[in-house]
Amino acid sequence: MIYTVLVLLIVLFPLAGFLFPALWGRSLFKKSAGPLTVVLMTFSFLLSAYFAYLYFFEFGYQQGAYRRFLFPDIPWLEFSGALAIRMGAYIDAVSVMMLLTVTFVSLMVHVYSLWYMKHQERYAAYFAYLSLFTFSMLGLVLSSNIFQMYFFWELVGVSSFLLIGFYYQKPAAAAAAKKAFIVTRFADVGFFIGILILSFSAGSMDFETILHKLTTPGSDALNTAAAQTFLGISALSWGAALVFMGAAGKSALFPLHIWLPDAMEGPTPVSALIHAATMVVAGVFLIARLFPLYAITVPGVQEFIAWVSAVTALMAALIACVQTDIKRILAFSTMSQIGLMMLSLGVAKYEAGPVPGYTASLFHLFTHALFKSLLFLCAGIMIHFVHNNSIWKMGGLRKYLPLTHLFFLAGCLAISGIPPFSGFFSKEEILLAAYRNYFPLYVLVLITSAVTAFYMFRMYFRTFWFYNLKGPTEKETEIEVPALIPLVLLAIGAVLGGFIPFGNFVTSDGHRMPFHFDVRFSLLPVILNLAGIFVAMWFYKTKNKRSDIVQEKAWKLYLLLSEKFYVDHLYEFITRKVIFQVIGRSAAWFDKNIVDGMVNLSGEATQYVSAAFRKLQSGKVQLYALYFLLAILALALITILK
Amino acid sequence: MTDFFLLLKNELGLCVLLLFLLVMKISGRDNASFLLPAMQWLLLFNFVFSLLFNSGGRLFGGMFDTSPLLAFQKAILNLALYLSSLLFESWLRKSAHLAEFFLLTLSSLLGFFLLISSAHFLMFYLSLELATLPVAALAGFAPMEKRSSEAAMKMILSAAFSSAVLLFGISLIYGLAGTLYFKEVPAALKEHPLTWLAVLFLIAAFAFKLSVVPFHLWTADVYEGAPASVSSYLSVISKGAVAFVFVSALHKIFVPLKGQIQPVLLGLTLITILIGNLFALRQQNIKRFLAFSSITQAGYILFAISSLKAESFTPVIYFIIIYIFSNLAAWSVASVMSSSAGKENQHDYAGLYYRNRFLAVALVLSLVSLAGIPPAAGFFGKWFLILQGASAAKGIITVFVALNLILSLYYYLKWIWVVFQNTNAGSDTITPTRMEKTGLILCVAGILLIGFWGDLYRYIVELVKPF
Repeated sequence: MIYTVLVLLIVLFPLAGFLFPALWGRSLFKKSAGPLTVVLMTFSFLLSAYFAYLYFFEFGYQQGAYRRFLFPDIPWLEFSGALAIRMGAYIDAVSVMMLLTVTFVSLMVHVYSLWYMKHQERYAAYFAYLSLFTFSMLGLVLSSNIFQMYFFWELVGVSSFLLIGFYYQKPAAAAAAKKAFIVTRFADVGFFIGILILSFSAGSMDFETILHKLTTPGSDALNTAAAQTFLGISALSWGAALVFMGAAGKSALFPLHIWLPDAMEGPTPVSALIHAATMVVAGVFLIARLFPLYAITVPGVQEFIAWVSAVTALMAALIACVQTDIKRILAFSTMSQIGLMMLSLGVAKYEAGPVPGYTASLFHLFTHALFKSLLFLCAGIMIHFVHNNSIWKMGGLRKYLPLTHLFFLAGCLAISGIPPFSGFFSKEEILLAAYRNYFPLYVLVLITSAVTAFYMFRMYFRTFWFYNLKGPTEKETEIEVPALIPLVLLAIGAVLGGFIPFGNFVTSDGHRMPFHFDVRFSLLPVILNLAGIFVAMWFYKTKNKRSDIVQEKAWKLYLLLSEKFYVDHLYEFITRKVIFQVIGRSAAWFDKNIVDGMVNLSGEATQYVSAAFRKLQSGKVQLYALYFLLAILALALITILK
Repeated sequence: MTDFFLLLKNELGLCVLLLFLLVMKISGRDNASFLLPAMQWLLLFNFVFSLLFNSGGRLFGGMFDTSPLLAFQKAILNLALYLSSLLFESWLRKSAHLAEFFLLTLSSLLGFFLLISSAHFLMFYLSLELATLPVAALAGFAPMEKRSSEAAMKMILSAAFSSAVLLFGISLIYGLAGTLYFKEVPAALKEHPLTWLAVLFLIAAFAFKLSVVPFHLWTADVYEGAPASVSSYLSVISKGAVAFVFVSALHKIFVPLKGQIQPVLLGLTLITILIGNLFALRQQNIKRFLAFSSITQAGYILFAISSLKAESFTPVIYFIIIYIFSNLAAWSVASVMSSSAGKENQHDYAGLYYRNRFLAVALVLSLVSLAGIPPAAGFFGKWFLILQGASAAKGIITVFVALNLILSLYYYLKWIWVVFQNTNAGSDTITPTRMEKTGLILCVAGILLIGFWGDLYRYIVELVKPF
């Protein structure tokens, strides 16, 4: 009972943080919306921490493994048949870990926003949206059934739409918000159909039942579902692949990634929250939830996931090498890192005992949340200082922003996988999983990792070194002290987070997994990463023309990368040219010329007869009647011919 | 004898209201300041009353058939009429013929009640006429406006045409089966080409009332020309009632023809959703826009109906309840805007948020609900409709239907975006009356809360079970 209350409070505090400013944001909370939501988020975070403590050390570990619980579990909507939808909180190691991560990063972003959004006109609305987003994300990670998850999944989409389009007077921001919403909604159609298939085959929407029925070999549900095929692929594989489509949309995997770089039009703290730590990893979380299904029942789909993620990881890393907008570089790096997490789930083989790839993926999700939000928040300070997003406009910032310099460096080292920073440990696990199960992908991960080190340090050296920016005329403060707290805390997490024995807590089957470390195995990736860093240093540490020369020599490659492999152009072609021009235009043409034209024609014919009643007797109604009859005839013909 | 009154209580309630109106009209007490609040309270009372003492039974030699499920459907329509009496208050106050407006709408509603309960084709046809004719008069309710008269003319001509087709279908059925009782027809229907023609005629008549493509052509013209309150009556109450009747007719009468009917319904679903969406994309006038949006919604309803199972009643009823709240709110905002300065075009809505926040929020929420975005109730409604349809249709059709949800986002978001546009398009103030505000708050509450009210869904499931 006490646990149920705790879980409810954790979720309800952010909801209150949305409702109060949303209802009284223009009067009562005009100035105090920020502090209010910060206080509410603090409660939510402290309760999550307490709950995590209780789960991991008090009640969660029973008979040698972490158990699953449902607090609460209430019937919500009941279908006529056996299918019922319940509403509940699914508590296991993964969701508790996610609770902690989401509330922590969200709290940090709330605090930071107090400073960053101080003089914004719609201050209260901003915090209301931020809290709404946190609420939806918490609802998502706690979902006990797939319908509840879909609901919160869409709600996360709505609140991120509001946040990305926060500066909606800027056309680019409005367009980006719309693009993000529509692209993810498109992916969600896949998710939706996938849910239908999975729930029809399992006869339930609960994760527990779905996983139980569809992963037990020889069960009735599995046999029936496996017997149905479409285009030679079993219905279950379709369902699983379509669910992955939804995940790929949210997690910005190729080819549904096009919304993420544009979404950087939102306020920077928002990017730290939703495009680094929470929303974009929802896809990884979803696949992790259904992991046994993919690993046992549809290994073909799982392999497909691994390849899609590998392509995304490498492609995004390469594109990041030529971007100039600091937030876009971070966006592509997020894509690449999420690709690695998903890849780790994709290569993980199901076996007795805990699965390394599974833990590696969630470990990386955890460390990535810390160091990537740190990087975004630092980028916010830099942008605030130079008033520009382009790294060409920055340089020598280490003199003006000494603290930011340190934090940013810590973040860069963490993401580049340099020991003993947190990213090293989690990436190590991913490499190990790939090495053991799928060697070609291991090579790909190695390359991606080295490229990551290169582009991160390209950004670092280009902004903090290179040449000396002309100092600002008046002395600006780097950042106010309260807003410094989140940076410090996140930096501590980014540096030390790797030492958490993650395998002791979050594993695929709840059993503890010993931590693996082997110097011989780590040597190669670390050397490659260091090489990446040194190359970046050679190019960008001091002012020189080396990078320009390379760019001129390999301009074709450069163009390909800076145009992001032309994926956006392809989409543009399909939506603009094909859907709007061809279909939309022709419908409009039909409306304008055929329907109106006939009307006009008959109108002209009758106008001699009666000019007075021309409008009434324009012939339209007769025409309608004619269509009516023709339609019946057509229907009759179709059924007769059939 | 008590049975008689109890079974007919919904219809009798409306008759009492009609008599009251007549007496008031004759005694000259038909000024708006008295009659409008009186009608609002009476309709509310009638709604509450319609939820109580419901039982099942037959009357008039089996021509009239009622059950708790049918009574619940009537209650829903009652609620919709009550809400419209609140939502269109300022228009109603201005209208010189308030008593006539209610006389006509109540007669039409009485027609729909009898239609829902009919168990005999004669009853069916007569009540359908009773339901349709007053609406045509209503469409011409602004006789000084050419558009309104034109709408009425078009409505009555199209309706007459569809009635003729329906009547032809019914006579064919009588000729083939030798009976007009719903429960006897299925057994008596023989395998005959004419059977199929009769069924097609009936389906066409239903499709016309639901404004399913290609029987939809009258819709946009009539909705645009008629006053907003009448258009909303057509798009909510009339459509809801016909959808209810369509489900039960398919289930009661056409069971033997299931295999042939389903592809027809699916085909109509597909082109309705697609055409409705494509045309809605380009509409600049809010009434035409809502007309095409309602055509698309009818397509989704048809998708659930096409599963041809008794269970399809549940999502349809659930969706109609949600649709009432969402659509009436949108129409009400359109009516307030239109009656304040005849503003009906998209650019008139630019920056509405800065002129009247309340109206803007209500409009946006109703559009969000119509688009089926959570947490608005429309999300749940659409979900269950598609789930029901998907249980019988091929996967590829479900995919197509779901993809159209994305297409519809384009135009709903466009309108939402316009509302928030920061322009100085108009500085005139638009103020809804107190009752309109109450109605809009009720609608918004419905939009936000119904999805989470699981008991409602369970209640409908329980009602549908014995059917």
